[in-house]
Amino acid sequence: MRSKTETTSMHLTRRAFGAGLAAGTGFLAFALPVRALTVDQARQLVDKLIADINATINSGQSEEAMFGEFEQIFVTYADVATIARSALGPASKSASAGQMAAFTKAYQGYISRKYGRRFREFIGGKIEVMDARPYKSYYEVISTATLQGSAPFDLRWWVGDKSGRSLFFNIIIEGVNMLASERTEIGAILDQNGGDVDKLVAALNAS
Amino acid sequence: MTISQRPYSVKRCKAPMVAALLALGLSACAPAMAPQGINDPFEKQNRATHALNLKLDTYILRPVANNATRILPDEVFIGASNVADNLGLPGVVANDLLQAKIGPAVHNTLRFAVNSTLGLGGLFDPAAKMGATAKHTDFGETLSVWGVGEGAYVELPAYGPSTQRDTVGTVVDLVFDPLRLFIPKDKRWVGTVAQIAARIGDRGRYSETVDSILYDSADGYAQARLLYLQNRRHTLGQTTAESDFEDPYAQ
Repeated sequence: MRSKTETTSMHLTRRAFGAGLAAGTGFLAFALPVRALTVDQARQLVDKLIADINATINSGQSEEAMFGEFEQIFVTYADVATIARSALGPASKSASAGQMAAFTKAYQGYISRKYGRRFREFIGGKIEVMDARPYKSYYEVISTATLQGSAPFDLRWWVGDKSGRSLFFNIIIEGVNMLASERTEIGAILDQNGGDVDKLVAALNAS
Repeated sequence: MTISQRPYSVKRCKAPMVAALLALGLSACAPAMAPQGINDPFEKQNRATHALNLKLDTYILRPVANNATRILPDEVFIGASNVADNLGLPGVVANDLLQAKIGPAVHNTLRFAVNSTLGLGGLFDPAAKMGATAKHTDFGETLSVWGVGEGAYVELPAYGPSTQRDTVGTVVDLVFDPLRLFIPKDKRWVGTVAQIAARIGDRGRYSETVDSILYDSADGYAQARLLYLQNRRHTLGQTTAESDFEDPYAQ
């Protein structure tokens, strides 16, 4: 009910916090060992990703065509295997290699459709990268999404290179963690299917 | 996934309020610990309430909101939302003061003054255009600042997700609303109507997103709980990033 105002206030708080963050980032960059991936590279990755998303949502294509493009963007910029494994949670440890491959493929299509539908609300809006900083063993790229008719909100991308390439593996929207939300959802679908990963894959393919 | 709140220490206790809060069964007085995970001992009852709330949404709020936002222009609901927010400002200022946040208290007092006059009783938000954008707070946040832990998750009938601490906050904000000092008793319905209209507007304008959580999720209750807790902790400056997150590369 108050979401509009709360978003605005959080946005401001973050900005006010910016100076402190910048100082902290400088210190970390100095103190940490050399990394393969740099803040600038993480930021560039998200810049490119956002440019691709913006191009798709403003392309005027059919929704079906957009879903295909989103899947392509997802595969290009996200560490799909890691996200899928995290979403599956503890069941990923007992699943066979074949099941994991089938699940990862099904999950990739599922998540592109699911988030693709949400991205429709971004039509006419824009996402801008504001800042990037080292965070734990990866980087956090901070962006602001401005949609038509609502206050800007905070969108963060976690970028790492442990898969061998620079890829994002999590999105945080106003504090809401995509990996945590996905694990809850996939866990619930798995429960509905009696814990059977093959049935889960079929359910995801049918979504 | 149940977690235990860290036992409270007596240092940093502020005000005799704490005694009252302890009587309410809330842990208090530690510097607000960043809560982690999900503490939902009343899950069974909460799920029953969620089922009731879903019915209220399916049969009343959702159809009313979808029709209202289709028929009436967005400006009507933005105006209602502005009025509701403006009438909430005296309460926000009171909470800023209780949190000893003088800057925000002045900021919100100015917002109230500007929007109540130039903004035609709060219908418009000229203060935001002058750079004084909304900085919301509530008594739930005040309790958090005072060191009260979030308590268990609760879903309230007709209201939705909350926690024990935020439920107390909501009730206190409602009962001790300083707006009563400004507005005569027979005019108080304005605020109630504005709040209802604002809620209808939000439900209608974000219909697809809300639907995706409530109806399309395999477990809408669990999704709503997660979203609420993570977003609320984020609002209170308790970054969930570290506490609720397992590094997927560490497995």
